[in-house]
Amino acid sequence: MNNLTTYLAISAALFLLGVLAMMTRKSAVSVLMGVELVLNAGGLNFVAFSRFGNGSLNGQAAALFIMIIAAAEAAVALAIFLNLYRLKASAEVDKADTLQW
Amino acid sequence: MEILQNIVFVFFVLLTVISAGVVVFHKRIIYSAFALLFTFFGVAALYVYLAADFLAASQVLIYVGGILTLIIFGVFLTAKITTLEIPDETHQRYIALIPVALLGVGLFWMIFSAPWDSTLRSVEPTTKPLGKLLLTEYLVPFEVASMLLLAALIGAMRLARFYKKEEV
Repeated sequence: MNNLTTYLAISAALFLLGVLAMMTRKSAVSVLMGVELVLNAGGLNFVAFSRFGNGSLNGQAAALFIMIIAAAEAAVALAIFLNLYRLKASAEVDKADTLQW
Repeated sequence: MEILQNIVFVFFVLLTVISAGVVVFHKRIIYSAFALLFTFFGVAALYVYLAADFLAASQVLIYVGGILTLIIFGVFLTAKITTLEIPDETHQRYIALIPVALLGVGLFWMIFSAPWDSTLRSVEPTTKPLGKLLLTEYLVPFEVASMLLLAALIGAMRLARFYKKEEV
Protein backbone atom coordinates (compact mmCIF):
# COMPACT_ATOMS: atom_id res chain seq x y z
CA MET A 1 0.00 0.00 0.00
CA ASN A 2 2.55 2.56 1.14
CA ASN A 3 5.06 2.09 -1.66
CA LEU A 4 6.41 4.19 -4.50
CA THR A 5 4.02 2.82 -7.15
CA THR A 6 0.96 4.09 -5.22
CA TYR A 7 2.29 7.64 -5.03
CA LEU A 8 3.35 7.62 -8.67
CA ALA A 9 -0.14 6.45 -9.68
CA ILE A 10 -1.83 9.23 -7.63
CA SER A 11 0.54 11.77 -9.13
CA ALA A 12 -0.14 10.50 -12.67
CA ALA A 13 -3.91 10.74 -12.04
CA LEU A 14 -3.55 14.35 -10.83
CA PHE A 15 -1.38 15.18 -13.85
CA LEU A 16 -3.90 13.71 -16.32
CA LEU A 17 -6.83 15.53 -14.68
CA GLY A 18 -4.85 18.79 -14.84
CA VAL A 19 -4.09 18.29 -18.54
CA LEU A 20 -7.77 17.54 -19.16
CA ALA A 21 -8.76 20.75 -17.35
CA MET A 22 -6.31 22.76 -19.44
CA MET A 23 -7.68 21.27 -22.68
CA THR A 24 -11.42 21.41 -22.01
CA ARG A 25 -12.10 24.44 -19.81
CA LYS A 26 -13.24 27.72 -21.33
CA SER A 27 -12.59 30.13 -18.46
CA ALA A 28 -8.97 31.17 -18.03
CA VAL A 29 -9.20 30.81 -14.25
CA SER A 30 -10.20 27.14 -14.64
CA VAL A 31 -7.24 26.61 -16.97
CA LEU A 32 -5.04 28.07 -14.20
CA MET A 33 -6.57 25.53 -11.78
CA GLY A 34 -5.52 22.80 -14.22
CA VAL A 35 -1.97 24.18 -14.22
CA GLU A 36 -1.96 24.09 -10.40
CA LEU A 37 -3.04 20.42 -10.48
CA VAL A 38 -0.17 19.60 -12.84
CA LEU A 39 2.35 21.45 -10.63
CA ASN A 40 1.04 19.59 -7.56
CA ALA A 41 1.46 16.29 -9.38
CA GLY A 42 5.06 17.21 -10.18
CA GLY A 43 5.77 18.15 -6.56
CA LEU A 44 4.23 14.92 -5.27
CA ASN A 45 6.44 12.95 -7.66
CA PHE A 46 9.60 14.72 -6.43
CA VAL A 47 8.73 14.16 -2.75
CA ALA A 48 7.86 10.49 -3.37
CA PHE A 49 11.19 9.87 -5.08
CA SER A 50 12.99 11.57 -2.20
CA ARG A 51 11.20 9.36 0.37
CA PHE A 52 12.11 6.08 -1.32
CA GLY A 53 15.65 5.30 -2.36
CA ASN A 54 18.97 6.61 -1.06
CA GLY A 55 17.45 9.15 1.35
CA SER A 56 18.59 12.54 0.08
CA LEU A 57 16.48 15.66 0.49
CA ASN A 58 17.11 16.97 -3.05
CA GLY A 59 13.60 15.99 -4.14
CA GLN A 60 12.01 17.99 -1.33
CA ALA A 61 14.09 21.05 -2.27
CA ALA A 62 12.84 20.69 -5.86
CA ALA A 63 9.24 20.50 -4.61
CA LEU A 64 9.81 23.70 -2.63
CA PHE A 65 11.02 25.49 -5.79
CA ILE A 66 7.92 24.20 -7.62
CA MET A 67 5.77 25.91 -4.97
CA ILE A 68 7.66 29.19 -5.42
CA ILE A 69 7.17 29.05 -9.20
CA ALA A 70 3.46 28.24 -8.75
CA ALA A 71 2.96 31.29 -6.51
CA ALA A 72 4.70 33.65 -8.93
CA GLU A 73 2.84 32.19 -11.90
CA ALA A 74 -0.58 32.50 -10.21
CA ALA A 75 0.00 36.19 -9.40
CA VAL A 76 1.09 37.14 -12.94
CA ALA A 77 -1.60 35.00 -14.59
CA LEU A 78 -4.38 36.65 -12.60
CA ALA A 79 -3.09 40.12 -13.52
CA ILE A 80 -3.23 39.06 -17.18
CA PHE A 81 -6.77 37.69 -16.75
CA LEU A 82 -7.92 41.00 -15.26
CA ASN A 83 -6.62 42.81 -18.33
CA LEU A 84 -8.29 40.25 -20.62
CA TYR A 85 -11.58 40.78 -18.78
CA ARG A 86 -11.29 44.54 -19.18
CA LEU A 87 -10.63 44.28 -22.92
CA LYS A 88 -13.06 41.51 -23.89
CA ALA A 89 -15.65 41.62 -21.06
CA SER A 90 -15.02 37.94 -20.35
CA ALA A 91 -12.02 35.88 -19.27
CA GLU A 92 -12.49 32.99 -21.69
CA VAL A 93 -9.36 31.71 -23.36
CA ASP A 94 -11.11 31.62 -26.77
CA LYS A 95 -11.58 35.39 -26.63
CA ALA A 96 -7.84 36.09 -26.34
CA ASP A 97 -7.33 36.19 -30.11
CA THR A 98 -5.79 39.63 -30.66
CA LEU A 99 -2.11 40.48 -30.34
CA GLN A 100 -2.58 44.25 -30.37
CA TRP A 101 -5.42 46.69 -29.87
CA MET B 1 -3.83 -0.76 13.73
CA GLU B 2 -2.39 -1.56 10.31
CA ILE B 3 -5.91 -1.72 8.89
CA LEU B 4 -6.82 1.66 10.41
CA GLN B 5 -3.71 3.26 8.92
CA ASN B 6 -4.57 1.86 5.52
CA ILE B 7 -8.15 3.14 5.77
CA VAL B 8 -6.94 6.67 6.58
CA PHE B 9 -4.42 6.53 3.73
CA VAL B 10 -7.07 5.38 1.24
CA PHE B 11 -9.36 8.15 2.48
CA PHE B 12 -6.74 10.81 1.71
CA VAL B 13 -5.97 9.29 -1.69
CA LEU B 14 -9.66 9.26 -2.62
CA LEU B 15 -10.10 12.82 -1.28
CA THR B 16 -7.25 14.04 -3.48
CA VAL B 17 -8.26 12.28 -6.70
CA ILE B 18 -12.05 12.74 -6.44
CA SER B 19 -11.84 16.44 -5.57
CA ALA B 20 -9.39 16.88 -8.48
CA GLY B 21 -12.07 15.30 -10.66
CA VAL B 22 -14.62 17.81 -9.35
CA VAL B 23 -12.17 20.62 -10.19
CA VAL B 24 -12.03 19.41 -13.79
CA PHE B 25 -15.67 18.53 -14.44
CA HIS B 26 -17.92 20.74 -12.30
CA LYS B 27 -20.06 23.17 -14.25
CA ARG B 28 -19.84 25.99 -11.71
CA ILE B 29 -16.41 27.50 -11.41
CA ILE B 30 -16.69 28.48 -7.73
CA TYR B 31 -17.37 24.83 -6.83
CA SER B 32 -14.23 23.92 -8.79
CA ALA B 33 -12.25 26.46 -6.76
CA PHE B 34 -13.47 25.03 -3.46
CA ALA B 35 -12.82 21.46 -4.63
CA LEU B 36 -9.24 22.57 -5.33
CA LEU B 37 -9.00 23.35 -1.58
CA PHE B 38 -9.59 19.67 -0.77
CA THR B 39 -7.09 18.56 -3.43
CA PHE B 40 -4.41 20.77 -1.86
CA PHE B 41 -5.22 19.44 1.62
CA GLY B 42 -5.09 15.86 0.31
CA VAL B 43 -1.68 16.45 -1.25
CA ALA B 44 -0.50 17.99 2.05
CA ALA B 45 -1.66 14.83 3.85
CA LEU B 46 0.25 12.69 1.33
CA TYR B 47 3.34 14.82 2.05
CA VAL B 48 2.90 13.88 5.73
CA TYR B 49 2.76 10.20 4.73
CA LEU B 50 5.99 10.79 2.77
CA ALA B 51 7.69 12.18 5.92
CA ALA B 52 8.00 15.70 4.48
CA ASP B 53 6.78 17.74 7.45
CA PHE B 54 8.07 21.15 6.36
CA LEU B 55 6.67 20.71 2.85
CA ALA B 56 3.26 19.68 4.20
CA ALA B 57 3.09 22.88 6.28
CA SER B 58 4.22 25.07 3.39
CA GLN B 59 1.76 23.32 1.07
CA VAL B 60 -1.10 24.41 3.34
CA LEU B 61 0.35 27.91 3.83
CA ILE B 62 1.28 28.71 0.24
CA TYR B 63 -1.33 26.84 -1.79
CA VAL B 64 -4.37 27.23 0.46
CA GLY B 65 -3.43 30.56 2.01
CA GLY B 66 -1.98 32.19 -1.09
CA ILE B 67 -2.76 30.63 -4.42
CA LEU B 68 -6.31 29.50 -3.71
CA THR B 69 -7.22 32.94 -2.32
CA LEU B 70 -5.82 34.48 -5.52
CA ILE B 71 -7.83 32.06 -7.66
CA ILE B 72 -11.08 32.82 -5.83
CA PHE B 73 -10.41 36.55 -6.21
CA GLY B 74 -9.78 35.85 -9.90
CA VAL B 75 -13.10 34.04 -10.22
CA PHE B 76 -15.00 36.95 -8.70
CA LEU B 77 -13.12 39.70 -10.56
CA THR B 78 -13.52 38.15 -14.00
CA ALA B 79 -17.25 37.45 -14.00
CA LYS B 80 -20.42 39.48 -13.91
CA ILE B 81 -21.73 38.38 -10.54
CA THR B 82 -25.47 38.03 -10.38
CA THR B 83 -25.70 34.82 -8.34
CA LEU B 84 -23.13 32.49 -6.85
CA GLU B 85 -23.56 30.21 -9.86
CA ILE B 86 -20.87 31.39 -12.23
CA PRO B 87 -20.99 28.83 -15.03
CA ASP B 88 -18.02 27.54 -16.95
CA GLU B 89 -18.74 25.06 -19.69
CA THR B 90 -16.30 22.47 -20.83
CA HIS B 91 -15.84 22.15 -24.55
CA GLN B 92 -14.18 19.58 -26.85
CA ARG B 93 -14.51 17.09 -24.03
CA TYR B 94 -14.57 13.95 -26.14
CA ILE B 95 -11.78 15.05 -28.48
CA ALA B 96 -9.59 15.96 -25.49
CA LEU B 97 -10.20 12.55 -23.91
CA ILE B 98 -8.29 10.80 -26.72
CA PRO B 99 -4.79 12.30 -26.16
CA VAL B 100 -5.30 12.26 -22.37
CA ALA B 101 -6.26 8.57 -22.47
CA LEU B 102 -3.22 7.76 -24.64
CA LEU B 103 -0.95 9.68 -22.24
CA GLY B 104 -2.58 7.92 -19.27
CA VAL B 105 -2.11 4.44 -20.76
CA GLY B 106 1.56 5.22 -21.38
CA LEU B 107 2.14 6.69 -17.91
CA PHE B 108 0.37 3.91 -15.98
CA TRP B 109 2.01 1.20 -18.09
CA MET B 110 5.40 2.73 -17.26
CA ILE B 111 4.60 3.15 -13.54
CA PHE B 112 3.31 -0.40 -13.02
CA SER B 113 5.94 -2.17 -15.12
CA ALA B 114 9.15 -0.47 -13.95
CA PRO B 115 11.10 -2.11 -11.08
CA TRP B 116 11.13 0.83 -8.63
CA ASP B 117 13.48 0.90 -5.64
CA SER B 118 11.05 0.88 -2.69
CA THR B 119 13.47 0.94 0.25
CA LEU B 120 12.27 3.45 2.84
CA ARG B 121 14.47 6.25 4.14
CA SER B 122 14.41 6.66 7.92
CA VAL B 123 11.90 9.24 9.19
CA GLU B 124 13.58 12.37 10.56
CA PRO B 125 12.58 16.03 10.92
CA THR B 126 13.32 17.68 7.58
CA THR B 127 13.22 21.39 8.39
CA LYS B 128 16.80 21.78 9.57
CA PRO B 129 18.51 19.71 6.82
CA LEU B 130 16.27 21.34 4.19
CA GLY B 131 17.30 24.80 5.41
CA LYS B 132 20.96 23.81 5.32
CA LEU B 133 20.51 22.42 1.81
CA LEU B 134 18.86 25.64 0.60
CA LEU B 135 21.65 27.84 1.94
CA THR B 136 24.55 25.69 0.75
CA GLU B 137 23.97 23.50 -2.28
CA TYR B 138 20.89 25.33 -3.61
CA LEU B 139 22.02 28.88 -2.74
CA VAL B 140 22.00 30.19 -6.31
CA PRO B 141 18.53 28.79 -7.22
CA PHE B 142 17.28 30.11 -3.85
CA GLU B 143 18.45 33.66 -4.61
CA VAL B 144 17.15 33.43 -8.19
CA ALA B 145 13.77 32.34 -6.78
CA SER B 146 13.67 35.39 -4.51
CA MET B 147 14.41 37.63 -7.50
CA LEU B 148 11.69 35.81 -9.47
CA LEU B 149 9.15 36.45 -6.71
CA LEU B 150 10.10 40.14 -6.55
CA ALA B 151 9.83 40.47 -10.34
CA ALA B 152 6.47 38.67 -10.33
CA LEU B 153 5.19 40.96 -7.55
CA ILE B 154 6.15 44.16 -9.35
CA GLY B 155 5.08 42.85 -12.76
CA ALA B 156 1.68 41.73 -11.50
CA MET B 157 1.04 45.14 -9.93
CA ARG B 158 2.06 46.90 -13.15
CA LEU B 159 -0.17 44.61 -15.24
CA ALA B 160 -3.22 44.72 -13.00
CA ARG B 161 -3.38 48.51 -12.75
CA PHE B 162 -5.66 50.18 -15.24
CA TYR B 163 -3.84 52.90 -17.17
CA LYS B 164 -5.54 55.56 -19.26
CA LYS B 165 -4.37 55.73 -22.88
CA GLU B 166 -2.12 58.81 -22.51
CA GLU B 167 -0.57 57.55 -19.28
CA VAL B 168 1.14 54.58 -20.96
